[in-house]
Amino acid sequence: MNTRVSSRLGEWLVLYSLSLFTALLLSTLLVEATGGDWRAVLNALLDGSIRKPGRWGETISTAAPILLVALGTVIATRAGLVNIGQEGQLYIGAAVGTFIGFLVGGPGALNVVLILGCGALGGGIWAGFAAALKYWRGVPEVLSTLLLVSVASHAVAYGFRWDWLLLAPEADRGNRNQVSEQLPLDNRLPRPNIFGNEIPLTVPISVVITLGVTLVLTRTIWGFRLKILGRNKRTAQRVGVAEGKYGATALLLSGAFAGLAGAFMLTGGGYTFGNYQFVPGFAANIGWTGLLVALVANEKPLAAVPVAVLFAGLRTGSGFVSSTGVESRITDVIAGLLVLSLLIPTALMLLRDQRRFRTNMSERV
Amino acid sequence: MSNLLNPIADILTSETTYLNGALFAAFLAFAATGEWVAERAGTINISIEAMLLNGAFAALLGYNYSGSIIIGLITAVLGAMLVAGIQAEMSHRLFADQFVVGLTLNILVLGLSGFLNNQISPRATLAGRWDVPLLSEIPLVGTALFAQRWPFYLLYPLIPFSWWLVHRSRWGLEARSVGENPHAADLTGINVNKRRRQSIYYAGFTCGLGGAFILFAHVGRFENTIIGGRGFIALAAVIFGGWTLRGSILGCTIFAAALSFRLSIQGLGYNLNSELLQSLPFLLTIVVMAVFAKRVRAPAGLARPFIRHTK
Repeated sequence: MNTRVSSRLGEWLVLYSLSLFTALLLSTLLVEATGGDWRAVLNALLDGSIRKPGRWGETISTAAPILLVALGTVIATRAGLVNIGQEGQLYIGAAVGTFIGFLVGGPGALNVVLILGCGALGGGIWAGFAAALKYWRGVPEVLSTLLLVSVASHAVAYGFRWDWLLLAPEADRGNRNQVSEQLPLDNRLPRPNIFGNEIPLTVPISVVITLGVTLVLTRTIWGFRLKILGRNKRTAQRVGVAEGKYGATALLLSGAFAGLAGAFMLTGGGYTFGNYQFVPGFAANIGWTGLLVALVANEKPLAAVPVAVLFAGLRTGSGFVSSTGVESRITDVIAGLLVLSLLIPTALMLLRDQRRFRTNMSERV
Repeated sequence: MSNLLNPIADILTSETTYLNGALFAAFLAFAATGEWVAERAGTINISIEAMLLNGAFAALLGYNYSGSIIIGLITAVLGAMLVAGIQAEMSHRLFADQFVVGLTLNILVLGLSGFLNNQISPRATLAGRWDVPLLSEIPLVGTALFAQRWPFYLLYPLIPFSWWLVHRSRWGLEARSVGENPHAADLTGINVNKRRRQSIYYAGFTCGLGGAFILFAHVGRFENTIIGGRGFIALAAVIFGGWTLRGSILGCTIFAAALSFRLSIQGLGYNLNSELLQSLPFLLTIVVMAVFAKRVRAPAGLARPFIRHTK
């Protein structure tokens, strides 16, 4: 038994390092083929994500919203649901947070909590449409969540046309005509300075939430029921797990996490995300990235942490890449190749296990 | 009331509206036809966006290095089928999740084409216009349908051929059965995952034509936003059409009309809620799914990977 486990681990390591190596090799070849220098690109990536002063703080503060989106995705996937509309849920969350935040405009900390709450609420409502369509009308949630992403961006664009919705009053927006007001100083999450890096409060909160989600999913009856529902609907029905109730809750939660991530970016994002202002394109692919992180992490909340930091590092590093004369979009290519390469080992091992299972079965006969 | 009716009358009598509408609809139809085949065989092919973009970019490269639009058309098909190949082999040979693969491909191709476009900066051109005699003189719709640049006309044989392929050929019967009940199809000796892979390759083929069409017959130069999410509109059109080819093409036409209406209404100097018009394809699709969800049925095996011995 012990040798089985260790040989499995070895296999796992070999497969993962091989496919990661291939992805990186392809990326370097691409850089070299177009006349760039891969060492310079790698250095720029490391400088931008870790080495230069203040950069690792930037990286982990970018990782926080990505991680939150990923956690929400994990919850939905646990219940057997495919939510792929996080980008829209995040955008709507941030928009609702902005709108209510300025509408109420209460005193400092209270208003921050209100913005965060409304962000989660907004994202939850957006996912709620998909949940309602699924459990009342039988519309597959994959399709409705995907379609709602585009609707979200048009809805926000509409909001930017009116100053009673999102648009800042004319005096505050200068010559830009599509920005919200900037959050006042006391409505921002603090960014304490640690070893020359600004770490916003969103980072510790996200870590705590990660631990919380892990506990709830693995150690509570609710989490177990969600898992039953995800694994086998018929069994779930037999043991009394109401599909509509648990599934809808999981979908709502997953939207709420994405919305909260949007509110995090607004109140604690700093220069990385719109500088405390809600702007068009605010979601900036964080929703898509979070979704990929969750899927690469194979539905495990704790595994999502390092993956989220890796993808955040690629983002923060990309700004430094353009100084080497190589187009900074190369980081998107690297990210895409990495995800594809990370999918292959799990898939190969699944295939192998099946083949082994089949030969075992035929031997027994 | 006349305030509202005047612009509508203006738009309905302007030839540009029909011309734009036909261009938009044709582009959506290229993509939707392939997507329809893939979905009938059981894959929700999100990477359609990536296939279109890579098709357009490969067309650009092909034209840039050879100076021939025909070569560009061939490279476009190859480029889109490369993306289709990754999608097909990853999701129906290795059983990676089809949505993950699709989303990743979308990000990858967007990055790759943007990256290469900036590094190489190739150039493209517009194809020549072919006027069909007599037919192109029909008032209003004549120019839109019969006086287009020649890649447009590839659509006319493509649609009936796709219908024949799916509904009249043996391959099509097998592909449909694989989409409806993969386990039963497997028992009768059909290689389920092979048929699914082939249907994705077919989607790659039509998307390659679509990519070449948008480059050579509509825009004439490459930008990274040349597709700009319209692959998703084509995907919506297939669902809107209840997984029938007729319905999908109708969906493409309606959505294209909405997009063209938006352009015309601004061109004529009127003001209307353009965000509503832009999200119309998605809202309409959601409404249609909600209203007809019980009557219009998706292929039963849609988006479920087939692995023998597991349900």
